[in-house]
Amino acid sequence: MAVFALISNPSIADVLRDPRIWRGAANDYAVPFVPSGHAALDEALPHRGWTQGAMTEILFAIDGIGELDLVLPALAALTRQRLHVVFVAPPYLPYAPALLARDIDLGYLHCVETPSDVEALWAAEQCLRSGVCAAVLCWPRQASDRALRRLQVAAEFGNALGFAFRGTTAATNPSPAATRVRLQMDEGTRVRILKCRGANPPARSIPLRSAAARVG
Amino acid sequence: MLWAALLLPRLGLDALARSAPDADPHMQNLALISRDQARPLIVDAMPRLRAAGVRRGQTLAAAQALCPQLKTALHDPAQEQKLRELVAAWAYGYSSQVSLREDGAVLIEIGGSLGLFGPWAQLERRWRAELNALGVSHRLAVAPTALGALALARAHDGALVGNPATLRQALDALPIAHARFDALVVDALHGMGLSRLREVYALPRAGLIRRFGAALVDCLDRLSGAAPDPLSLYRPPDRFHARMEFDHEIESSEALRFPLRRLIDDLCAFLASRDGGVQQFDLVLEHDPLQFKQLAPTRLTVGLQSPQREARSVFDLCVLRLQASTVPAPVRAFGIVAAHLPPFVPRARDLFDKTGGSQLDWPALADRLRNRLGPEAVYALAAADDPRPEHAWRKREAGPAPTSVRRPGLRPSWLLRRPLPLRNEPARILAGPERIEAGWWDGGDLRRDYYVIETREGQRAWAFRGIQGEASWLLHGWFA
Repeated sequence: MAVFALISNPSIADVLRDPRIWRGAANDYAVPFVPSGHAALDEALPHRGWTQGAMTEILFAIDGIGELDLVLPALAALTRQRLHVVFVAPPYLPYAPALLARDIDLGYLHCVETPSDVEALWAAEQCLRSGVCAAVLCWPRQASDRALRRLQVAAEFGNALGFAFRGTTAATNPSPAATRVRLQMDEGTRVRILKCRGANPPARSIPLRSAAARVG
Repeated sequence: MLWAALLLPRLGLDALARSAPDADPHMQNLALISRDQARPLIVDAMPRLRAAGVRRGQTLAAAQALCPQLKTALHDPAQEQKLRELVAAWAYGYSSQVSLREDGAVLIEIGGSLGLFGPWAQLERRWRAELNALGVSHRLAVAPTALGALALARAHDGALVGNPATLRQALDALPIAHARFDALVVDALHGMGLSRLREVYALPRAGLIRRFGAALVDCLDRLSGAAPDPLSLYRPPDRFHARMEFDHEIESSEALRFPLRRLIDDLCAFLASRDGGVQQFDLVLEHDPLQFKQLAPTRLTVGLQSPQREARSVFDLCVLRLQASTVPAPVRAFGIVAAHLPPFVPRARDLFDKTGGSQLDWPALADRLRNRLGPEAVYALAAADDPRPEHAWRKREAGPAPTSVRRPGLRPSWLLRRPLPLRNEPARILAGPERIEAGWWDGGDLRRDYYVIETREGQRAWAFRGIQGEASWLLHGWFA
């Protein structure tokens, strides 16, 4: 076909984005999204970024493999737009000097500490539902399917980006989240999309952090 | 000048009814009795009892004979006074000239208010609706003089005399008793065969002064507006205190919802009238004084990030606060104390607000979280200019971030609250050492060599060793 020959190495996603192609019910261009800030990941996600008004689950086995790096560019962009971002019961201290270095406006980043996991889920739901927060990050441990569904509904209601950071053991359970990704170690950190609403997850994983010899 | 007179004829019963749940069937048969132990007299009674012939001043025995299902409650003048002050505070929202009379009437100058609130018919509708919402039965009349309005209110609820010229005509037709002269004077006038004010006005002034003293003539002049009528004006207090007692013990926060709503409504009516807001107040839960002698009342402080006066959101916050707290004993009385009442600044909203349907903004959300999780639970972060990692950040109130100047080297996005021993030797060192040697000035001295390392599992961490080349590694952060 001559049309395709003109486009250098077209991916099916490129072709489908062509406005001349009508795809029936799939009007996914209307879905609001926030670019993740990682070009390869945006390319692989059906909405070109994190889906707004939905939960995104990030599954990872151990700390320090880039789990925050995955979301920090998006959070930086949001706070720069004067939108509120909330960390609900983070497992460690979000370190202000590092966040500043990542271009985050600390005037729009808030932390909420909670005495228990139940309260953390409550606080996350309140923040998601309020419509005040552009993004809400939470670390639910042993959250029930029902609790996650509540978060998903709250995120839809408040049109917020919800991030739930969970262990990889949760990967086998079904989840109401719109997007699920897993961080894997393989010559650095790679992101594997397990589920993305609106498309089949791509078969290949995406490099997030290469195994560098030196940094800084 | 145009005065509205507001009579509060049922204040005692209203005060009682306000503290009872709406559907209490006993309220219909309630009579207030005086505190006289030996021979209690009826002070006031509900309409159903009055229809059966129960009158003010009757003995309780006589009233019970007329109406066997009669229930009694002790007359509490302090409670009545509280409610009267609440009404005065409410009226203060409509006029700066409000006067509280000893007999319980409230006088409000509305000549200056009509320009703002529209014609009297409209204002009257609004007042009656608000007074009914406050649970206060009332009679209203308007006249160019305060005493004239009072006399008219006694005669006809809703009377309106807008013009000084027609005031005399309206007064002329009133019975003498409505003018509330001294009781002896009224008796004497009746004894002279006079029944209407017209007949009193027709008498020669010199003769009236000789017979009754200057007070009566002065009173007649103030009634008709011929003489000025200086009134002592009401000033709203700077603190709010309201309290409700229960005749049974309350053990669940659910059961406190009704009294809470009443108290919050009162608080917000009070705040609106003085155009203020509330930023912090205490919910006071009192316990049975006999059963729990040693137990001080439980005070729950509700704090807000900015002054507010919207009853709904304040109520929601209180409910959260109540649910989050445990009370050591059943509750017998419930109150609100607001000592600090700052001026209210209405919240401005962006016309092109992109967040759309939300009812909240960040301060309101933070209030909601704090009231359940505690005042310290919500905070923002700031970087601090201190080379020591533990001191290079701090918690702060939300708001524009202070601009930090120092950009230190590579720092981890997660900091451990305290350094932990690293389990295994690092697999690789990715950066470092960065020597941090500081804190000699405040005793928090530290000397460390920081490295960015990679663990065997591939985690990137921030770890340090002592500067003397100690072998043990301490983990201080994750490059997450």
